[in-house]
Amino acid sequence: MLRYTLKRLFQGLITVWFIATATFFAMHNVPGDPLANDKAATEEIRANLEAKYGLDKPLVQQYLIYMGNILRGDFGISFTQKNRRVNDIIAEHFPISAILGILAVVFAGLGGVLWGALTALYRNRLPDIIIMFLVILGISVPSFVVAAISQLALVNLNDAVNFSLLPVAGWGTVWHMLVPSLVLGLGTMAYLTRLMRSSMLEIVNSDYIRTAKAKGLPPTRIFANHQMRNAILPVVTVLGPSIAAITTGGFVVELVFAIPGLGRYFVQAVQQLDYTVIMGTTVFYGAFLVFMVIVVDLLYGWIDPRVRLE
Amino acid sequence: MTKHTPANQDSFTSSAGRQLLAFGAASIAGVIVLMMALSWASSLTSTGSISTDAVDVTNNTLTLFLREEPPQLNSSLSTDTVSGSVLGHVMEGLLRYDEHNRLAPGIAERWEINEDGALFHLRPDARWSDGKSLTAHDFVFAWQVALDPKTASEYSFILYPVKNAEAINKGELPLSDIGARAIDDRTLEVTFERPIAYFDKLVAFSTYYPIRQDFYESTDGSYGSDAHTLLYNGPFVISRWVHGANLLMEKNPEYWDLDRAKVDKLDFAYITSDASATLNLFKDDKIAYATLQAENLNNAMEQGWDIFRFMDGSVFYIEFNHRPERPTRNLNLRKAMLYAQDSAELVFKVTKLPGYLPGVSLFPVWLQGVNTFFRQEYPAPRAQLNLEKARYHLELAKQELGVEEIPPLVLLTGDNPISNIQSEYYQQIFSKNLGLDLKIDKQIFKQRLAKMLSGDFDLVLAGWGPDYDDPLTFADLFASFNLNNRGRYENPEFDKWVRVAQSSQDVQERMDAFGEIQQILFDDVVIIPNYERGITYVTHPQMRGMVRRAVGPDPDFTNAYIVE
Repeated sequence: MLRYTLKRLFQGLITVWFIATATFFAMHNVPGDPLANDKAATEEIRANLEAKYGLDKPLVQQYLIYMGNILRGDFGISFTQKNRRVNDIIAEHFPISAILGILAVVFAGLGGVLWGALTALYRNRLPDIIIMFLVILGISVPSFVVAAISQLALVNLNDAVNFSLLPVAGWGTVWHMLVPSLVLGLGTMAYLTRLMRSSMLEIVNSDYIRTAKAKGLPPTRIFANHQMRNAILPVVTVLGPSIAAITTGGFVVELVFAIPGLGRYFVQAVQQLDYTVIMGTTVFYGAFLVFMVIVVDLLYGWIDPRVRLE
Repeated sequence: MTKHTPANQDSFTSSAGRQLLAFGAASIAGVIVLMMALSWASSLTSTGSISTDAVDVTNNTLTLFLREEPPQLNSSLSTDTVSGSVLGHVMEGLLRYDEHNRLAPGIAERWEINEDGALFHLRPDARWSDGKSLTAHDFVFAWQVALDPKTASEYSFILYPVKNAEAINKGELPLSDIGARAIDDRTLEVTFERPIAYFDKLVAFSTYYPIRQDFYESTDGSYGSDAHTLLYNGPFVISRWVHGANLLMEKNPEYWDLDRAKVDKLDFAYITSDASATLNLFKDDKIAYATLQAENLNNAMEQGWDIFRFMDGSVFYIEFNHRPERPTRNLNLRKAMLYAQDSAELVFKVTKLPGYLPGVSLFPVWLQGVNTFFRQEYPAPRAQLNLEKARYHLELAKQELGVEEIPPLVLLTGDNPISNIQSEYYQQIFSKNLGLDLKIDKQIFKQRLAKMLSGDFDLVLAGWGPDYDDPLTFADLFASFNLNNRGRYENPEFDKWVRVAQSSQDVQERMDAFGEIQQILFDDVVIIPNYERGITYVTHPQMRGMVRRAVGPDPDFTNAYIVE
């Protein structure tokens, strides 16, 4: 087990190094100039800027310097926020994205399992039809639409009760988290519901359930220990990447609800060709994703004894 | 397949249903516990809670929003309008813009400007927010910081009228050679590189704001990156700045004119560029003003809100590529396009953006002339839509270029909703009216700039916003020596008038020069004006005195006050 974990961590490190290298060279080959701005810079101003950010050196040398800095845990200084270190940007804004993301994943996971089990149980009856219709909506409507509509609904709700029941936007208290995290988790919840439903249905007809029933086991044990526990496995598999996707993909929700998360900086950095922030956030998110996949694989072995970790 | 009796199936289902119910209840309880834990965790990140209304009479506080997070608030580095607006509340230059958008004394109580230089007399009661006296040395130091090649300031060029500034910025002269000197703590003497008629307008710009040396050095390179790494001398100080989340300003007790700021606190509680989010916050009475989009205008009128409009100062136009190998170098081709379009149609029927004005000239309507507005004294020549004339010029162009058909032209444009509509309008109208084939090249910001700079276009949708309150901020754009002249238009006559406007001290003579420039721009069809940008916005009925301006800090809440 320990050996397996170490091996996976080492592989993960290689992956992150590869991500960093690929991003570095791809980024430098994107057309466009990170130092360009609305107003054209004179040659001397440009030269000053290039020297400040080390862009006057050959690319390979820039790469080596950058890698050395990463090893020392230094992501450099942002191009657009000229006096701010990328480390500070990540340290200040990632926790907010993470809180939002954790809550969204919890909503998505619990909701997905619950609705999925429910629809499987009431297959082709009214609850199933209603929930599956909502699931299709949840999967196909993009989050910026859901975010905008739910925000408008909040305004109307507050207007109707003539009191600020739930905040429309902003960050700071539990009430600020509720709606954005629901919106953020909605797509994943819908996806997990479908997954849970189909895996439940598959299991209902399997041999060991029939055996359990034939043995005369009480329905409680059949449903909880045999059906749910086995059906949940595929859900756990996709949960890892989902966690990473949700924590990193909150850009739209963060924008609409004015939440100071890292997603905003990530997207803006790419639009602005802010080299250091692109690199910092990509490496950070890459490492995060790799780590989550490893954690899920380890969890998998714990949930399903049939899976051997070697 | 085993068949269960319906009774069996139902008892299993209802039992499982009960279990799911229990699971659901446990989940909700779990989530509530989790949320409490997360709330505690997020309190560690100290974002500050937000719960106040837009207008808080008891605490004399206005709650507002910022469109973007200021990248940083070091005045020698700032370039964007959001930083400009924030800095305008917390810093003050030698001169400033007052609530009627006129130049007013700031830190300097009086000043003399002549051909060779300027003398500024600083007010004796000017102080920094830590209570120490603000002196002429602080200005000299700030300008040296901006010009230091190590600072790599993008706006250092705006200091170039000061003697030796350009050479210092190139690293050819030491910082101490700057043509600005503190004769004593209260007197600042500036020597000019060349005569300049609008220096008083330049010193109101943020790059000219003062910085105190000992404080700047104590921040160890992070000056202006946080609330506590900035020293203030304006009507407000920033007492809290949570990056990406909010920014709180409080009245500066050390400011020399305590009566100027009317409210005690300006709480910029939200930072978002999402227009519908800000409008929703406004509807929910959480912020005191919001910008309107075209689609919200009717709704806003139905609600009976106070709707305002102002011109934000920017002008948008089609810029041609005048490089030798380009077909757009041909004057008749440009003339054909000029007479084949109608900017009024673009603004009123196509983009339909509230507050926008059809483009007529490179010089926007709000610029001041000798006695009144420049455009009233020097009416812009206009081209009416005239297909006959357009096709006549097109034929001439084909003859001169020696072609049967004009080759496809590349229209470079940005990637935003307005540019999309605009570029499709021109593509369609030039195709219909002239049979021209326009290829739209849509690029994101930095890529578009790179292509503009390298001349990789025939036509480009471009725009310009003013830096200072003088027609020259627009007039020198197409001078052959201006780096922002991306189409490489060259005309010695044009350059001559720009030189006159740069160095003349006589207002009439300068305005005449701008009039000539406006005429050349039209005769040579250097550009086709599209529109002047206007902004419509709504404000809270209890908030008064908000100032909008085309040049200088905008929006400005320094004079804003609350009525009950």
